[in-house]
Amino acid sequence: MRNTRMKTLFVLAAVFALALWSSAPAEAAPKKGGTLKFVVGSKIPSYDGHIESTFGMIHPIRPFYSLLIRVNPDNPASPTDFVCDVCEGGIPQPTEGHTKYTFKIRGDITFHSGQKLTSADVKATYDKIISPPKGIESNRKAFFSMVKSVTAPDPKTLVFKLKYPTGAFVPALALPYNFIYSKADLDKHGYKWHQKNVNGTGAFRFVQHQPGAFVEGKRYDKYHHKGKPHLDGYRAISAPKMAIRLQAIRGDRAAIEFRGFPPKARDDLKKALGDKLTVQESDWNCNLMVTPNHKRKPFDDARVRRALTLAIDRWAGSKYLSRIAIVKTVGGVVFPKHPLAATKEELVKIAGYWPDINKSRAEAKRLLKEAGYPNGFEFTLHNRGVDQPYKVVGTWVIDQWRKIGLKVKQWVQPSGPFYATLRKKKNFDVSIDFNCQSVINPLVDVSKFISDDRAGNQYGQYQDRQLDKWFEEMNREPDVKKQRAIMRKYEKRALDEMAHQFVTLWWYKINPHRSYVKGWKIAPSHYLNQHLDNVWIDK
Amino acid sequence: MYKYTIKRILLMFPTLLGAAVLVFFMLRLIPGDVCELRMAGTGMYVDKEAIATCQQNLGINAPIYVQFIDFITGFFTLDLGNSMWTGKPILHEIGLRFELSLQVAIMATLTATIIAIPLGTISAIKQDTWTDYIVRTFSIAGIAMPSFWLGILIILGLLIMTQKFFGNPWMPPIHYTPIWEDPVANLSQLIWPAVATGYRYSAVATRMTRSALLEVLREDYVRTARAKGLLEKLIINRHALKNSLLPVATIIGLEFAFLMGGLVVTEQVFNLNGLGKLFVESVTNHDYTMTQSLVMLVAVVFILTNLFIDILYAWLDPRIRYS
Repeated sequence: MRNTRMKTLFVLAAVFALALWSSAPAEAAPKKGGTLKFVVGSKIPSYDGHIESTFGMIHPIRPFYSLLIRVNPDNPASPTDFVCDVCEGGIPQPTEGHTKYTFKIRGDITFHSGQKLTSADVKATYDKIISPPKGIESNRKAFFSMVKSVTAPDPKTLVFKLKYPTGAFVPALALPYNFIYSKADLDKHGYKWHQKNVNGTGAFRFVQHQPGAFVEGKRYDKYHHKGKPHLDGYRAISAPKMAIRLQAIRGDRAAIEFRGFPPKARDDLKKALGDKLTVQESDWNCNLMVTPNHKRKPFDDARVRRALTLAIDRWAGSKYLSRIAIVKTVGGVVFPKHPLAATKEELVKIAGYWPDINKSRAEAKRLLKEAGYPNGFEFTLHNRGVDQPYKVVGTWVIDQWRKIGLKVKQWVQPSGPFYATLRKKKNFDVSIDFNCQSVINPLVDVSKFISDDRAGNQYGQYQDRQLDKWFEEMNREPDVKKQRAIMRKYEKRALDEMAHQFVTLWWYKINPHRSYVKGWKIAPSHYLNQHLDNVWIDK
Repeated sequence: MYKYTIKRILLMFPTLLGAAVLVFFMLRLIPGDVCELRMAGTGMYVDKEAIATCQQNLGINAPIYVQFIDFITGFFTLDLGNSMWTGKPILHEIGLRFELSLQVAIMATLTATIIAIPLGTISAIKQDTWTDYIVRTFSIAGIAMPSFWLGILIILGLLIMTQKFFGNPWMPPIHYTPIWEDPVANLSQLIWPAVATGYRYSAVATRMTRSALLEVLREDYVRTARAKGLLEKLIINRHALKNSLLPVATIIGLEFAFLMGGLVVTEQVFNLNGLGKLFVESVTNHDYTMTQSLVMLVAVVFILTNLFIDILYAWLDPRIRYS
């Protein structure tokens, strides 16, 4: 009797488990065909990835090209997961004391022009990026300053030799701008040919570009990732106004926009479209910073700079600003999801991140008094004339500073004059600045804090040889644990002890898209995962 | 008449030179340059050497007088050079947008004329009646309402109403299809900006038609025609309306010229890839060569439109003769 009951229970449990399993949503198989229409909020300068920096070029042009390695399309949220694109197997392990990387290049890849890809093409590409001839711009040369040589001993082998071991090398290879060009094109047409012409090995072939209107691509049938791409083609439509991009998704003139929308736009779209809309969200590898001008009094005084950062309540700001702006994540100098980033326990020990804001502001007032400003002082915050998130965050920090007795005016300039003031004239008191990268590569990304005679993008006009030393040490240290330990000292000095410049909040990426768009996974940067070979349409 | 026309054409050159000097030097007063924006506009690492190479390649570092001579020589030989932003020939870039801007300008002008002349005439004939008040309210609303705002309302209205009545929200296409390729797609995109712009444009022209016609209707020759017992319809159509159209033609002509490059905001609202949008983009991109060429193009359009209007005057009013 007992045995029968046990058997019955067992059968019932099995049936229940089976029912649960069968009702679980299965990952549908990708469907072939269709044209993906997406909107792009920026403009294409040239087609040459080695020169340009805007996502306005990446979104429409990246699908025509391949890279040596790329961020894993199935796991783009991971800041450390890279996979081969034109190479085969996994990412090679370095040899010769972490200074030699040997890549095996696939033998089944052809350019859209029909020519076969070999390691000579990849070498020619990296030669152009790392050591371009005179008169040829290369915008990311500095990312490869560790490279001693690139050689292609045979058509299937590519070897990078480094001057020193560094963890910054592999992420730099995955930069989405490192389009692989044909050596024959470079030899025959010259190094400027790719500015106006396209010939890659990507998932899509170039069809046409109507400047200011759209770029059109169609499926490349000989694409080397078998079974992909799923789409017949795509059309990247230029739409500089955010309202148009939103309405385009609502009115189904476009299915997706890859950069990101503010929370209110997401909510409006969701309300209008219901389950016809899917929303993907992610931390974003961009942050807004506050940069005091060290050449101007009183910002040459570390106590004043520390007071500025201590006054800002980042934890509360994250809560409230994330409802209206594209910022959310509280973090230090490193992208918060990266293994080199500070944990919350580590962060709360840094000035400006203390959990008790009253204590923090009391300390800020004490520092101002000690520096000779017991009643505060007046200054101007220089900001960029872009709403999201610059003006929102600018207005917020002004209010935060008001709470420690500072009177701040906001000076807003359009992008061109803003850059000229920040980078050339440098006639500001305190400026909003930003650090926005593609592949998460903290060892390079934190270069913004080193001395201005060494960093290309530090506008606070200070020199700090201690930070420079630690930066070099981190970059030459192959052991991640040791890198991390140096990074903590670096972060503490840059943000707290010297408060040279400081991070406000990290951005937060929100991508609402039509639910029929499948296969695309959000990455922590709007520059990543834009090859579109895994996207399909479920209509 | 011929002498006058030739004299006017010759006068174009000093006018254009003046415009060229102004735009060339004023553009260079704006801080920043195209290379900085292209290569360092995203907050990433900035390669100063790459920016310097870019500036060298684009000739931004060349002495200012060399740049000016290049620009003037290029303009008068119709070689406008390449866009600093895209590197593509400026004539090609403008040509792509010119067709769309011209079509919108023509459609808006037609919309405005079709609305303005009958309404202005009715308003004048029925002066100080309810009809007149309604027409005047309609035209004042047109002047008061910016066309880009009306454009936004149109798009939102279409999205909301189509969703309400058909289940799926619909909005006009967001990229241009030439009318000979697909007239339906073309008109379904351009009819809305033409209405939004044409309404404001018609409001100005309606008020001008009304006041000009009222003035003419008080002239002696109209009184004489009435005294002779001519039908009111004939008096209006044959004697009064034609003479009252002189100032209306000026307004319509100038508005048309404005529409060719001045639909800056409306083109943004409807995502039209026209000359106005190109204008905004070239200014924000610090694309000197493109902005200079566009300013000169608009100057040429204004000068030619004014010349055309002057010649039209002579046709509309036989008393006017140029010598």
